[in-house]
Amino acid sequence: MTDTPDMPALAVEQVSHSFGRRLALDHVSLTVPQGRFVALLGPNGAGKTTLFSLVTRLYATRAGAVRIFGHDVARSPSAALSELGVVFQSRTLDLDLSVRQNLAYHAALHGLAGRAVRARIDELLTLVGLQERGADKVRTLSGGQSRRVEIARALLHRPRLLLLDEATVGLDLASRRTIVALVRMLVRETGLAVLWATHIFDEIEPDDAVSVLHRGRIVASGDAKALAADAPSLEAAFRALTEDAAGEAA
Amino acid sequence: MSGAPAASPSPTRILGPRGYAICLGGIVWRELLRFVQQKERFLSALVRPLVWLFIFAAGFRSVLGVSIMPPYETYVLYEVYVTPGLAVMIQLFNGMQSSLSMVYDREVGSMRVLLTSPFPRWWLLFSKLIAGVAVSLAQVYVFLAIARLWGVDIPPLGYLTALPAFILTGLMLGAIGLVISSLVRQLENFASVMNFVIFPMFFASSALYPLWRVRDASEALYLVCLANPFTHAVEFVRFALYGAFDPLSGAVVLGTTIVFFALAVIAYDPGRGVMGRRGGPKGEAP
Repeated sequence: MTDTPDMPALAVEQVSHSFGRRLALDHVSLTVPQGRFVALLGPNGAGKTTLFSLVTRLYATRAGAVRIFGHDVARSPSAALSELGVVFQSRTLDLDLSVRQNLAYHAALHGLAGRAVRARIDELLTLVGLQERGADKVRTLSGGQSRRVEIARALLHRPRLLLLDEATVGLDLASRRTIVALVRMLVRETGLAVLWATHIFDEIEPDDAVSVLHRGRIVASGDAKALAADAPSLEAAFRALTEDAAGEAA
Repeated sequence: MSGAPAASPSPTRILGPRGYAICLGGIVWRELLRFVQQKERFLSALVRPLVWLFIFAAGFRSVLGVSIMPPYETYVLYEVYVTPGLAVMIQLFNGMQSSLSMVYDREVGSMRVLLTSPFPRWWLLFSKLIAGVAVSLAQVYVFLAIARLWGVDIPPLGYLTALPAFILTGLMLGAIGLVISSLVRQLENFASVMNFVIFPMFFASSALYPLWRVRDASEALYLVCLANPFTHAVEFVRFALYGAFDPLSGAVVLGTTIVFFALAVIAYDPGRGVMGRRGGPKGEAP
């Protein structure tokens, strides 16, 4: 498959998924263009993690299609997954292994080893500001540092699309800002496409493309500033769109 | 800031035979690293069979005489008889432990990381199995070395001829563990695996007593033991330790490995098995 600049990095087309009788995703469509930061905004339980599980092929897509740079995840999973880096919501590093060991393990999962990989690990640790911590066990890192290691890990095999599922959950304000700034820098300077799932409004900038997921459905999508045009703020617009969920949670 | 992470890769380039080997090597290396870190796990894996050997076998030496039967050419002491069974018991526990760690990985999410690898899922599961076998071999050979000091003399060449047998029985027990891990929903349910899998498999086998003695006691129990793949794993290893080959047990072990590995591949298939049904995220799945 040849890439064209207008081929989306990620295309989710009419995807539905249910667990037993419960419909977790209902005809969800969204697109992440190449080199763009797209936010997937939704309250807890909206279906964000289910969507990520389908994109990463943890579950098979039963209805609809997911394409990564044109590669259908169901039909050509290897090609699709090679283009994809993921930071999951839960912490997924081996605590008792060192930062470098964790990264080398991940490289091996992508069939990469040797001197080039060691150089790549150095490069990425510098990028995320942890070049001094390579030999330390992950257990000794702070939450924000672990997250940065996970971002470095997700970039090891040079993917062109990065998925982050609630990457800043549980972090203090300073760490959150560092993570958001790092990811935005990657989009700006390296042309990485990013799908950023969150329920935190202040991580979204007015020019970001946003899809709002609520109860398994995309209830709004467009530029953040357009979504917030009729409301006092993006937060207010988002609350209005997902009001019953907020009420339910209270 | 430096670095250009998004340079265009050629995805198919890295998935050649070398890539497969690197992936397998990486998974085995991680498992061994984790094993070395967990010294208690190594100790408890050793203490269990040693308690059987030092205490149980010593106590039963006079009660349970073992007559001359293949592969033994002379009358053997009870310690000598139980050693192969205890070695395979190490692998049984190890197989269940790897399966437990699969459930744990699923809960904490490192399974997700494994499964985002572009290699086919059967290869990832196979690599996991090999990693488990590598760990179990380390345990088994340390146990055999201690048993030798205790007077369990096995022909020196036997340690070598038993290696392929241990690899195959390790694969079989690991594959059974993989299937079990796909059936267990939460870590807490794992105690029942002990009760319903490990103990029955171990006791209803030829590990502790020869099958002819079981037959004397109960024909039904004898048939159960005969149907138990663990019995054949023990016999396969017992013969191999004495440089002999038991075709029946070899065939049963190989067949069981293939069947359970196929089941595990199905269970971990994103379209059919456990991941889609049981892996739903909190708040989004029932």
